[in-house]
Amino acid sequence: MDAVVEGVKRALILLFTLDKEIYQITLFTLKVTGTATLISVVLSLPLAFFIALKDFPGKRLIISLANLGMGLPPTVVGLWVSLMLWRSGPFGRFHLIYTPTAMIIAQAIIATPVVLALSTAALQQVDNKLRWQIMALGATPIQMLFLMIKEARYSLLAAVMAGFGAAVSEVGASMMVGGNIAGYTRVLTTAIVLETGRGNFAAALALSFILLLVAYLSTLALTLLQQRRHKDVYN
Amino acid sequence: MCRSRMYKIVFLLVLFLAPGIFLAACGQKVPPEGNSGKDSPGKGEIILATTTSTQDSGLLDVLIPIFEQKTGYKVKTIAVGTGQALAMGEKGNADVMLVHAPEAEMELVKKGAVINRRLVMHNDFVIVGPAEDPAGIKNAKDAAEAFKLIAEKEALFISRGDNSGTHKKELAIWKKAGIENPSGKWYQSTGQGMGATLDVASEKSGYTLTDRATYLTKKDKLHLVILKEKDSSLLNVYHVMQANPDYVKQYNPSTAGMINVEGAKAFMEFMVAPETQKVIGGFGKDKFGQPLFIPDAGKNEAGILE
Repeated sequence: MDAVVEGVKRALILLFTLDKEIYQITLFTLKVTGTATLISVVLSLPLAFFIALKDFPGKRLIISLANLGMGLPPTVVGLWVSLMLWRSGPFGRFHLIYTPTAMIIAQAIIATPVVLALSTAALQQVDNKLRWQIMALGATPIQMLFLMIKEARYSLLAAVMAGFGAAVSEVGASMMVGGNIAGYTRVLTTAIVLETGRGNFAAALALSFILLLVAYLSTLALTLLQQRRHKDVYN
Repeated sequence: MCRSRMYKIVFLLVLFLAPGIFLAACGQKVPPEGNSGKDSPGKGEIILATTTSTQDSGLLDVLIPIFEQKTGYKVKTIAVGTGQALAMGEKGNADVMLVHAPEAEMELVKKGAVINRRLVMHNDFVIVGPAEDPAGIKNAKDAAEAFKLIAEKEALFISRGDNSGTHKKELAIWKKAGIENPSGKWYQSTGQGMGATLDVASEKSGYTLTDRATYLTKKDKLHLVILKEKDSSLLNVYHVMQANPDYVKQYNPSTAGMINVEGAKAFMEFMVAPETQKVIGGFGKDKFGQPLFIPDAGKNEAGILE
């Protein structure tokens, strides 16, 4: 118990004395995961629209694959991406292994199925009658897309947040393709593993608090937005 | 009809935009050092594959910045088990290795997969366990006998089990003790680094084999004491060596071209240079009252055995 109390105390000191390294790692984590999430959204949204609005052979297969991908173990992604990006791998010539770019690739692969599956579900829930009505009122296809996004915005936001959450909390892939290099590819999760291995439990705890805070703030933003919708309804 | 075509256009547009956004986002993250190479991208960069013990002890945090400042190379330190570190070198995925499994290293030297192997430093392994010492290994005459006692009493033993240098050393001692394949409920394998394995041994009151450096750095947080030490079979010797492009070329010519031979050479020179050796010899003295590693550059390997 002493270890816990002492650890928490020192972790708080580290947090509030603005330990430079810890903040640098936090900022870098947000940058990598933010970029990865952005990429997964850019890849997923068009596909989600396509799946939601069109009937085509293999549609259910794609949806089921996306659902399967939601549970894709990060370590598996890490291994695959490593094999591809190592110098001995097919993309070795691009010198991407152990770079932030490699981490973004891996995290985007982890986040994309999550965003895709959830945003497809969100768009499929938009009432068909509403779509017909929008069309009947003479909306252009682009207007239609935006209206659908607006209609499903809370569920879409949840999809994005879930993708972000999956990417920010994974450690296996970041460790394998990033290499946990100090000041270069070290993110919150890999730093926690390192500090725990070194026995620096205070630093590991401080980092874990920040990781929790990041996760909480993203959930909080989502909750606030959802609560605003309730106000819309009742006013 | 027009509508479905519009979807397709929007879809394709975004699909084409995606790589652009991607590159724009990543472009700014290319390290400035990467641009300094004129001949090929990433020339100013070396990949050092090393063991978790050198990283967990903090030694590399001291040495790498000095090296980078002196030579201008950017070092990417990848801390893995010695098994993976050597495999990375063999395949040309790392330029230089700092590892501690002499037998496995010699195999690669014989194959020609690694070259210019040089002695850097040593420390030693110790057998740690709960202070009560349920298997009574304290009075064993050497490490092998201690292991034999643990096996006979079926006292809990926590193994790295990750093909690391420490794990290889552990297996060698089991072999010496006449136990080829330790197994059973008393023999548990973590598959993790030294730090994590010590935590497990401490929490479960088990015995384990650890390098002294990692044990000393974590000692305050562990319920483990040193029970067997100072035995010639417990020596932990670190060598540097570099990947051999000529060897890699036989299997994968394009990979061979990416190996940074000059950078690896510079790093090895640095590791055995007198000033660096002095830093190694002083590392940890202020914190633990004793150095964590003993510098050995230029010595004969047989010479440090006694």
